[in-house]
Amino acid sequence: MKKKLNKNSLNGFINYGIVIAAFIIIQIFIGKGMLSNSLQSLLVPACCYIVMAVSLNLTVGILGELSLGHAGFMSLGAFSGITASILLQNSIPMAPMRLAVSMAAGAAAGALGGVIVGVPVLRLQGDYLAIVTLAFGQIIKNIIMVLYVGVDENGFHIAASSERFDLAAGGTAIIKGPMGAVGVSKLASFTAGFVLILITLLVVQNLVNSRSGRAIMALRDNRIAAESVGINTTKYKLMAFVTSAALAGAAGALFGLNYSSTVASKFDFNTSILVLVFVVLGGLGSIRGSIIAAALLYVLPELLRSFDIAEYRMLIYAIVLILVMLATNNEQFTALMGRVGGWFKAVGGWFKAAGARVVGWLKSLGRTQSKGKGGTTNG
Amino acid sequence: MAEKKQFNKGKMVPVPSHSIIPERDLGTSPILECSHLGIDFGGLTAVNEFNITVGRTEIAGLIGPNGAGKTTVFNLLTKVYQPTRGTILLDGLDTHGKTPAQINRMGIARTFQNIRLFNNLSVEDNVKIGLHNQEKYSMFSGILRLPKYWRQEKAAHERALELLSIFDMQDLADHQAGSLPYGAQRRLEIVRALATNPALLLLDEPAAGMNPSETAELMENIVKIRDTFQIAIMLIEHDMSLVMGICEGICVLNFGQIIAKGTAEEIQSNPTVIEAYLGKQQ
Repeated sequence: MKKKLNKNSLNGFINYGIVIAAFIIIQIFIGKGMLSNSLQSLLVPACCYIVMAVSLNLTVGILGELSLGHAGFMSLGAFSGITASILLQNSIPMAPMRLAVSMAAGAAAGALGGVIVGVPVLRLQGDYLAIVTLAFGQIIKNIIMVLYVGVDENGFHIAASSERFDLAAGGTAIIKGPMGAVGVSKLASFTAGFVLILITLLVVQNLVNSRSGRAIMALRDNRIAAESVGINTTKYKLMAFVTSAALAGAAGALFGLNYSSTVASKFDFNTSILVLVFVVLGGLGSIRGSIIAAALLYVLPELLRSFDIAEYRMLIYAIVLILVMLATNNEQFTALMGRVGGWFKAVGGWFKAAGARVVGWLKSLGRTQSKGKGGTTNG
Repeated sequence: MAEKKQFNKGKMVPVPSHSIIPERDLGTSPILECSHLGIDFGGLTAVNEFNITVGRTEIAGLIGPNGAGKTTVFNLLTKVYQPTRGTILLDGLDTHGKTPAQINRMGIARTFQNIRLFNNLSVEDNVKIGLHNQEKYSMFSGILRLPKYWRQEKAAHERALELLSIFDMQDLADHQAGSLPYGAQRRLEIVRALATNPALLLLDEPAAGMNPSETAELMENIVKIRDTFQIAIMLIEHDMSLVMGICEGICVLNFGQIIAKGTAEEIQSNPTVIEAYLGKQQ
């Protein structure tokens, strides 16, 4: 229906609006110097995690398959993005352009990883994707930990150990095994992160509200029925999963290019779970929930660091997580919250009634006054 | 010429003498022919020697006591199960080795005994998912919102409402499918199946859980669907008023075997059928 379509696109526009408004407000804060350096340094990673959460939501919330290795795709994107940015240092001197190309390279690497993992696994039914992605994340981490990549006048070098890594004297080492990528020029900026979030929203929201997205959600709701109406299960599972992996790759590239050095162990199982926590707490299938949860839950522990209670920050973080889970899953708690909401409503209603009474009283007062006035003029 | 094309579509099988195809379909090739169809689950033979021919615009009934294998036959026809024996020809084409999705694209749509809707999606989206293979834009035109997307989405929206209007459900288009009452969910499943543009519609207990007046309305609608879409309908049903009222050919299944085939009158007076349902007279 027209109304329904509008509702969906309205939801999408609200999401764009929230992101754009947040960007403008933060830019104003930065302009006025109200944002400390430590907070400013959180902006780009926060953008990356928002993209990660929204893209993981495509797999977990919209496709309905559990993925425990989203950080693996981020890692692929980060290191291929860094490699691309260093390789292209001379051919593309303009930094934003190079960043964009690097992010595209990261997305391509993520997508490739998604295809490699997805093609065999998504043909199966059940929890295999969770198991395989869990392993994939670890494998990628361990591969990059021993990977040496460099470039010199002889061209591109890639080796699996430091002994076999024969880089000429003038060459640049891009990835140095356990030390990770070093000497990266920091190309990432908050604006780039903002643009990436918008692109992610565009891709995910437009995909969901299209023929393909409906097929993906049909698979989530009822696979047998989806097959019975002629939907190719593997194709659409793969479409959602690879899109998700590509976006994670782009986010990884941005993340990698935000630091002068990046190690593979940054993108471990904990990171995958962290992103999954954002998605689950934000609400499965809710894009806006993912954005807000990722932004708040990423910034919160860092904010707590700056207070006196720094040593308790992870404790507070954990309590917040537990409270949110309680609020969303516990019937009694939701009932209590409902009652609290009810009280607020009641209080609000009382205020409204009182306000109406006051207004009514004022009106009647005005009437009597004007009547009085009228009376006097008449008299 | 057109007629010849129709015939060349597949091997023309002479209509067997025991067939119950209505007269108006006799000039055309049948839409469905099953021969010696059977499936074993381990050592258990669930369906055996299932032979049936369904005409292009026939309403066929499949009845039988509980556990006779009726739904298994539907699952064989739609390849949810791969048959152990026998062939299924749909419009003359062998369906061997096809997946359920391919079967749907070949022209069989079905509903389910235990309703399988996309519960979290709206009624309209459920129907649009049925229209999936008739919308022809790629993922990229969807993401980039190219003109093709808008054109086809508009067409799909109109088609979905048109299909919903068969059951007078266009006002429910915005509702969540899972929140509909039971009868409406059954009707929506039929609409979704119809949206895939089938040549043969399989209805698995369409009247289950409906009251007599709803069933009567459903009967009218099934005939109406057959007349408007000119398709064959095969239904499993326990409600004998519906089966005897609209089915032109009825096939009775017991313990996976066909025990009788014929018109409603023939079935009602068939001693084997009475025995299967009521037991042997002492």
